[in-house]
Amino acid sequence: MNTLLIVAGKELREATRNRWVVATTLLMAALALTLSFLGSVPTGTVGVGPVEVTIVSLSSLTIFLLPLIALLLSFDAVVGEIDRGTMTLLLSYPVARWQLLLGKFLGHAAVIALATVVGYGAAGVALAMGHTAIGHDSWRAFAAMIGSSVMLGAAFTALGYLASTIVRDRGTAAGIAVAVWLGFVLLYDMALLGILASGSGLGVETLNWLLLANPADAYRLFNLTGFKGVSAFAGTAGLAAHVQLSVPLLLAVMAGWIAAPLALAAALFSRKQI
Amino acid sequence: MTDFTAEVQGVTKRYGETEAVRGVDLTLAPGECVAMVGHNGAGKSSLIKLMLGLTTPTAGRIRVLGGDPASAACSHIRRQIGFLPENVAFHPNMTGRETLDFYARLKGASRRDNDALFEKVGLEAAAIKRRISTYSKGMRQRLALAQSLLGGPKLLFLDEPTTGLDPALRQSFYAIVAELRDRGTTILLCSHALTELEGQADRVVVMNRGRKVADGSLATLRSLAQLPVRIRLTLPTGEIDTLASRVGQDAALTRLAGGVVELACANDDKIALVRRISCNGLAVDDIEIVQPSLDEMYAHFLRREAAE
Repeated sequence: MNTLLIVAGKELREATRNRWVVATTLLMAALALTLSFLGSVPTGTVGVGPVEVTIVSLSSLTIFLLPLIALLLSFDAVVGEIDRGTMTLLLSYPVARWQLLLGKFLGHAAVIALATVVGYGAAGVALAMGHTAIGHDSWRAFAAMIGSSVMLGAAFTALGYLASTIVRDRGTAAGIAVAVWLGFVLLYDMALLGILASGSGLGVETLNWLLLANPADAYRLFNLTGFKGVSAFAGTAGLAAHVQLSVPLLLAVMAGWIAAPLALAAALFSRKQI
Repeated sequence: MTDFTAEVQGVTKRYGETEAVRGVDLTLAPGECVAMVGHNGAGKSSLIKLMLGLTTPTAGRIRVLGGDPASAACSHIRRQIGFLPENVAFHPNMTGRETLDFYARLKGASRRDNDALFEKVGLEAAAIKRRISTYSKGMRQRLALAQSLLGGPKLLFLDEPTTGLDPALRQSFYAIVAELRDRGTTILLCSHALTELEGQADRVVVMNRGRKVADGSLATLRSLAQLPVRIRLTLPTGEIDTLASRVGQDAALTRLAGGVVELACANDDKIALVRRISCNGLAVDDIEIVQPSLDEMYAHFLRREAAE
């Protein structure tokens, strides 16, 4: 346990030094604040709170941005250290390989969590200082959005680690990371829409499973259909009624998308010839 | 029960088609400084990785400090091993102190000793606080050495430790190595720079294409190689013929620049030859005996290996 924290602490400190933490936090905060101000303008008498508007727009943006940040942060984690020769040195220390991998992951996940919580939290503070009264449920939905964003980031960090462990050079790892992002974030949904539009008679059951097979979709469903106030505004209320995926299941799926790539990466890493 | 710090028995390591290490036997005793020499790709680094437990041998057996270095329960073994890798890059944005602190914590060594360690390797207090990106090659190498000395290791692997160091730094580097050896640390040192190993290593192991081609003290290797000893004499030109007649068939005579004559003879004939030259009133101005250098012996062993 101690070793994990030592490695994680070092990774977090390096990211802080590199200004990764500052840059990511500022970016997240800037986007969140912009969206929350935009969201608080047109609501007026529509009957939806500014928080709900913000959640819808912010979570849609998070799906694109956060996986990209997570992958950029993590694709170099293993292959880069091997390349620079630091891995040989680290492994000559009394550290198990899984400890090293998990410790580094925790450090990177902490960077994502810090940036998300602080950045989006700033938007929350800005909303709270607005004039509209905000209900308890809205805040819960907002907190859930932040929490699930951290999970989304962690899932793509884990995928980045897997990419970093599989290959032997950094360029390939970067390529895989970009492919993972394109695939899960852009192409997957397009393909799914295409299949649905072609009227191939995809059952609801199959669609549900296909949505779960992508962490980004699980995140989207969790935020857009998980809370009543949000789904009414997101235009997904109809979808929410059809999709029989409960909130715990969606969370479990996202947790699985963190654990599975990480476990696979750890298994591969322990067998890797350094 | 053995007293060896490390024992390598018939170890072979294959990476796909290539054999990096082929049937190597090697023992390292406490307080011994062993130099491993060989070309790039001779299997030196692979052998160190095997002894560190980073890779497992395809065949053969390795025991380090009484255990298998690649086993799951090797933490206590690794705590007693220091390693200075060939190319080490520390994070450029961290300071020297932060870096050493991290490694000390990872090794479970007391961080209070770090100041003493910095002093030992000659990193100044001002430099410790600076980021590593501002360090020179020599300073980085000093930091890397400090890292390898954490926790007072019983076994130290130094892979090409002096590449990129200036002569003064090399001197202080070998002083540290000698001090450690005297305190009972086993040191395995890899190097290309053969000349600087003379006088440092108790034993020399010559590696070539994954095989160990020679192993022994410098004196043993000299007698094994049977390379000629050269005696260089400075004497008046008129005396050279006298010298030639007196030496006869026992040694090959060559004239060098500046009135110097070189006699090449077998090591065993050396003393008799010197006696004959000096006794009978030959006007010799100067005499110098040149032992075959490590470089020459190394070249010899590689030639012999190639001939086989």
